[in-house]
Amino acid sequence: MLEITNLHVKAGGREILKGVDLRVKAGEVHSIMGPNGSGKSTLAQVLAGRETYEVTAGKVTYQGRSLLEMAPEERACEGLFMAFQYPVEIPGVGNTYFLKAALNAIRKARGLEELDAMDFLTLAKEKMTRLEVDDRLLTRSVNEGFSGGEKKRNEIFQMAVLEPTLAILDETDSGLDIDALRIVAAGVNSLRSPERAILVVTHYQRLLNYIVPDFVHVLVDGRIVKSGGKELALELEARGYAWVEAEARAAAPATA
Amino acid sequence: MREGRPTVTAVAHEVDRYLESFARLEAGAAAKEWTWFQPVRRDAMARFADLGFPTVRDEDWRFTNVAPLAQTAFAPAPEDGVSPARGQMAPFEFPGLTGSRLVFVNGRYAPELSSLGPLPAGVTVTSLAQAIPAHPDLIQAHLARYAEYHQDAFTALNTAFVEDGAFVSVRRGTVLEEPIHLLYVSTETPAPVITHPRNLIVAGEDSQVTVVEDYVSLGDGVGFSNAVTEVVVGQNSVLSHYLIERESPQAFNVSTLRVHQGRSSSVTSHSVLLGGALVRNNVHPVLAGEGGDCLINGLFLATGRQHMDNYMKVEHASPHCGSRQFYNGILNGQSHGVFHGRIIVHKDAQKTDAKQTNRNLLLSEDAQIDTKPQLEIYADDVKCTHGATIGQIDEDAIFYLRSRGIPKDSARGLLLFAFAGESLQRMKVEAIRTHLEALVAQWLPQGALLEDVR
Repeated sequence: MLEITNLHVKAGGREILKGVDLRVKAGEVHSIMGPNGSGKSTLAQVLAGRETYEVTAGKVTYQGRSLLEMAPEERACEGLFMAFQYPVEIPGVGNTYFLKAALNAIRKARGLEELDAMDFLTLAKEKMTRLEVDDRLLTRSVNEGFSGGEKKRNEIFQMAVLEPTLAILDETDSGLDIDALRIVAAGVNSLRSPERAILVVTHYQRLLNYIVPDFVHVLVDGRIVKSGGKELALELEARGYAWVEAEARAAAPATA
Repeated sequence: MREGRPTVTAVAHEVDRYLESFARLEAGAAAKEWTWFQPVRRDAMARFADLGFPTVRDEDWRFTNVAPLAQTAFAPAPEDGVSPARGQMAPFEFPGLTGSRLVFVNGRYAPELSSLGPLPAGVTVTSLAQAIPAHPDLIQAHLARYAEYHQDAFTALNTAFVEDGAFVSVRRGTVLEEPIHLLYVSTETPAPVITHPRNLIVAGEDSQVTVVEDYVSLGDGVGFSNAVTEVVVGQNSVLSHYLIERESPQAFNVSTLRVHQGRSSSVTSHSVLLGGALVRNNVHPVLAGEGGDCLINGLFLATGRQHMDNYMKVEHASPHCGSRQFYNGILNGQSHGVFHGRIIVHKDAQKTDAKQTNRNLLLSEDAQIDTKPQLEIYADDVKCTHGATIGQIDEDAIFYLRSRGIPKDSARGLLLFAFAGESLQRMKVEAIRTHLEALVAQWLPQGALLEDVR
């Protein structure tokens, strides 16, 4: 479904990703872990189409198409979704209007009929109940004045409504209490299916107790330096990142 | 061009034009109905001759050069002008509003286009000229008693040349729920026409009324609407005023709203500027009685070479009064916006709570905004805050919307509409707000993509 080959990315003149390779098949859950500043969020944002990053080399294929040539909205319409690490507050734009516009843009692209206000509300209410999201959220402006936890839940709620083919979670677990974490995990797990793939970007192993990944990759200094199964996450939790960084330095060609 | 005007002779000539037409006005028929007003008229004319048109050296006009307006040889509206058909008013109606509508064509009251609904006892809605014989006491007690024709050249000009406008009076204890729509229509005329709409609104004690002042054009005339509205708000009364400027892109408009607020009165002033080439919107409430409150809410959208100047002068003259100013501007093309917010707190106006916020979005490299707070505080126990922002559309928000599947243009439109919506949301009359939302959506380059925003 997703194939990243030798991806190099710069931001503000500094190289952040230095040749990332990753292959994600339908039905799989991958986790990308790594210390702060390793490039995890950059990878997530580049996949979503953030234009402030400059791709200097490499390619990304998504469902057989070149992802990097697609506009962010086109990627969304093709089923890609990124849950933001820092969801943006948009005063004056109602959450309901926003999400309905998004869903209908995506449905239109998929050749489905657009939902009217009533059908949309029925769908939204059903998802909200399942995710224990307060339905007053619908009447407020997008993320405006939301607490950190509410913002993250709103991301998962949007994901549940938009039903993406490839979901990327950018540190969705950071700063969440255990109740919110369970809800986020439940939202993600209910999305798991043989047709879909999920990429969980996280700093902490904790979320992976609830969303059990098929593969764990460690990103250090812009490269994936180690990959393994779910037990790798536990090892990182127990031993920290220093040993992987040391291994990576030892294995790397002497460029520095 | 920020410079003054070229020569002394040219400046004198600009004023002479008006002295000549004033002589004709005095000799003409209009003057006879206004005999009692003659001394004021002459006084105002003399003041205008002294003051002349303001220049950018004048602190209150620093950002607005009125030379194009001063140099145009405007003529009074022709007596035998063609009257538009009733159907031509349709685009300017607010669907859902069923109250009274007074229509003025090139400054003259057009009864055939107006409709006076059934009004509750104690409410008068009519043309000012017609009201003079019927309500001499009220009119003589209030007309030209508030607007500062001694200080302001445009108010002086209006006062010297006043012929008609709207008169609204609401008796003590009377509530008029349906807004009154005052529609000023400029038609295309062979020569540029100047009009001086003069409105007087008197709201008695414990009353409630909403008035909409609406400037529109039929065709592309280079007219100049020089309007003055005096509003007297009695104790404990609630008054809402809407100003809508949607004249042709060639039009000139100077509108002055002067509000005199009694004890515990509550006033809301909304303005939406969309049209006109050179627009100056003066809002000047005086909180004269204790415990009064006013909300001044504005939205200005300029593009091309439009110039829109919002000049606030909020005077706190009594204790325990509150005022809030919120102005949002969106500027595109080579347009120029101005927000000049004066707050004057007089010596006795203790416990004043005054707030001012001006937010601006610049959509192009060449658009320009000047924003200037000016606080003059002579009392020592007051709270006054002000803030201004100038920025571009939030690119993080654009990306967020796009990442959810919303196309780039729609995302931009949505954010601009939301920014304008901050102002529109403060407008409580749904029929007016809905219509204005549609006008704003039409104005936005991406407006067509926002059909079901509301």
